[in-house]
Amino acid sequence: MPALSPTMTEGNLSKWLIKKGDTVKAGDLIAEIETDKATMEVEAVDEGVVLDLLFKEGEANIPVNKAIAIIGDPNEKVEVNKEAPIEKVIEEKKIEKNIETKIENKKADITDTPSPKIEEDRNLSSEEITMRQALRDTMAEEMRKDNKVFILGEEVAEYQGAYKVTQGLLQEFGKERVLDTPISEHGFTGLAVGAAFKGLRPILEFMTFNFSMQAIDQIINSAAKTLYMSGGQINCPIVFRGPNGAAAQVAAQHSQDFSSWYSQVPGLKVIAPSTPYNAKGLLRSAISDPNPVIFLENEILYGLKGPVNNDVNFSIPIGKANIEKEGKDLTIVTYSIMLQKSKEAALRLKEEYNLDAEIIDLQTLRPLDTETILNSVKKTNRLITVEESWPFGSVGSEIANIVQRDAFDYLDSPVIKVNSADVPMPYALSLEKLYLPQVDDIINAAKKVSYIK
Amino acid sequence: MKKLQKADYIKMYSFMLKIRRFEERAAQLYGMGKIGGFCHLYIGQEAVVVGILMTIDKNDSVVTTYRDHGHMIARGLDPKRIMAELTGREDGYSAGKGGSMHMFSKENNFYGGHGIVGAQVPIGTGIAFTHKYNGEKNICRTYIGDGAMNNGQVFEAFNLAALWKLPVLYIIENNKYGMGTSVDRAAAGLDLYKRGEAFGIPGEKVDGMNVFSVIEAADKAGKYVREGNGPYIIEVQTYRYRGHSMSDPAKYRTKEELDNYKQTDPIEIVKAEILKKKIATNDEIEKINKDTLEEIKNAAEFATNSPFPKDSELYTDVYL
Repeated sequence: MPALSPTMTEGNLSKWLIKKGDTVKAGDLIAEIETDKATMEVEAVDEGVVLDLLFKEGEANIPVNKAIAIIGDPNEKVEVNKEAPIEKVIEEKKIEKNIETKIENKKADITDTPSPKIEEDRNLSSEEITMRQALRDTMAEEMRKDNKVFILGEEVAEYQGAYKVTQGLLQEFGKERVLDTPISEHGFTGLAVGAAFKGLRPILEFMTFNFSMQAIDQIINSAAKTLYMSGGQINCPIVFRGPNGAAAQVAAQHSQDFSSWYSQVPGLKVIAPSTPYNAKGLLRSAISDPNPVIFLENEILYGLKGPVNNDVNFSIPIGKANIEKEGKDLTIVTYSIMLQKSKEAALRLKEEYNLDAEIIDLQTLRPLDTETILNSVKKTNRLITVEESWPFGSVGSEIANIVQRDAFDYLDSPVIKVNSADVPMPYALSLEKLYLPQVDDIINAAKKVSYIK
Repeated sequence: MKKLQKADYIKMYSFMLKIRRFEERAAQLYGMGKIGGFCHLYIGQEAVVVGILMTIDKNDSVVTTYRDHGHMIARGLDPKRIMAELTGREDGYSAGKGGSMHMFSKENNFYGGHGIVGAQVPIGTGIAFTHKYNGEKNICRTYIGDGAMNNGQVFEAFNLAALWKLPVLYIIENNKYGMGTSVDRAAAGLDLYKRGEAFGIPGEKVDGMNVFSVIEAADKAGKYVREGNGPYIIEVQTYRYRGHSMSDPAKYRTKEELDNYKQTDPIEIVKAEILKKKIATNDEIEKINKDTLEEIKNAAEFATNSPFPKDSELYTDVYL
């Protein structure tokens, strides 16, 4: 199974284009593979006879690097165990060892363990869906309710979304409401802002928030400020959404985290969901909000599965953090993808150091739920913040400021921030891992605020 | 071309004069320290916006640059409240929070007043998108300064407007200078109206000192856009008598150049036509002059007596 996207960890075998006994040449199409982003045709690299097809058409979730067919010389005996674990296949194919690290780092196929509070939700679905489905469903539900909601962006329509988040929307709502734009962020963002001024409710997808820098003047100078500049006359009900932060090895220009940039701007609301459950509730609030909302998704989380609340009116209020896990020894404030790493760190902190961490998932970055943070710090007396953004002036910096100002006497140690490295994102797999906050970094910070050597 | 009635001539003259007197008074208040910040006057360019006004439907939308006072007056907005915005008072159109460059009147479909060069062009295109999306027959008139015609987002907007056949009329107000840089020092190719050609957007150059030429072009272009043919560009050749803003001494041009343009003063052209056609007598015109002066004086008085916004207003209107 070939890796066909930076974040792909498994693929579905949609169709075989060859059969056993066929002779193939390099470049011949052999199969159609459905990835996390699209369905693609795969070519043979070597020539030979198709000795065996190891998976049937329609088989799903085949891990990357697993053998799917054997092409070779019929006179030579080749043995590949279909059930062989991925490591073994890799070994057999003598592929570089560091592929393993790469897959571990991506973690696209993780399942979210919902917090106890969410498990109490009586409408929780028994079925688990991915974050991308949760986002898609919510957009479709809101588009069914309100004709003024429409979506535009690069590849959102015919292509079905660069990350398949808009899959099926064109078919259901038509090309008047699901619009492919040219690669023209500055222009189509300004256009969407104008449409919102005039009363429509655009959902604008940035293929990644890295491209929002092309349009940032329209986001800040036009969308965020016009209500104020017009003395309250002209609001801008728009959602800017798309993946933010690092994907996997896409390097400096495609990996930036913009959470603190946008959180600095009065007039914008900033949301960063972490699970399919809160993605649904928060996106619904974002679409219904009369103000411009920056909705920061995460490419690696698109495959994250979890239960959701399927009520078409279920929403999570903007500005409210979620106490993901209660604890008494220290507080971890985090958001987006770092929630999963923080949860992993909390498990190890308990096991290895008997530290009971409380985890706060911010969900909304602006307006910030300072009350929940302060109440937690007053209980645990120790705080670390965990986020993917660069350290200078990050969301954690502001939280540290608020906590020292409003809960100084409750602190038993300085606040420690865990951020990405203060450098542009490197490409090399080994350096990328060093750049991003890892579970060990969180554990080290927790030990430090707890004075554990 | 639209057949002009006698009342139309009077309307044109009155509006152009009102804009002129308003701007002169604004300059005076600026000099007195009553108006702060940046203040860009429209004197000399009156025929542009008034010419367009003669062909506009009140449900059409308008969006323009920071040189917007004249546009608001032409939209029929109250000079008192415009001036009160310039003085930063609570009766201003933006409650004193926008100032000269950022004024809006949603109920009159006036969408600003934008301070960033070029930014209003995609926005106006988006407003036009909404008219089409809603199935309305209205169009959005989007004004562009010559300076913005070298700004990337303008071409992105042109592309989108042509691609999606949006009902937007782009009006380039070419007043020859982007701040202190003359068009020929900024634009490679001086025919700005041709800059939509690559996108298939028709364009036309018009004498913007003559209101009748503007009306003729705007009428034709407006019909084209309203009929669903997509965008259209009019480049209006005009001239600002004052500097770029109040703080600009305009040393980059000669006095002869300015005097030359004043020979074709847009208000004088209309006045001459009125007298020639015997639409009004000299006395009647004199009465309009007096009334206009009075109206603007009152506006200035209102604007300097209106209270400053309350301190509590600092934190309102950030979110709805």
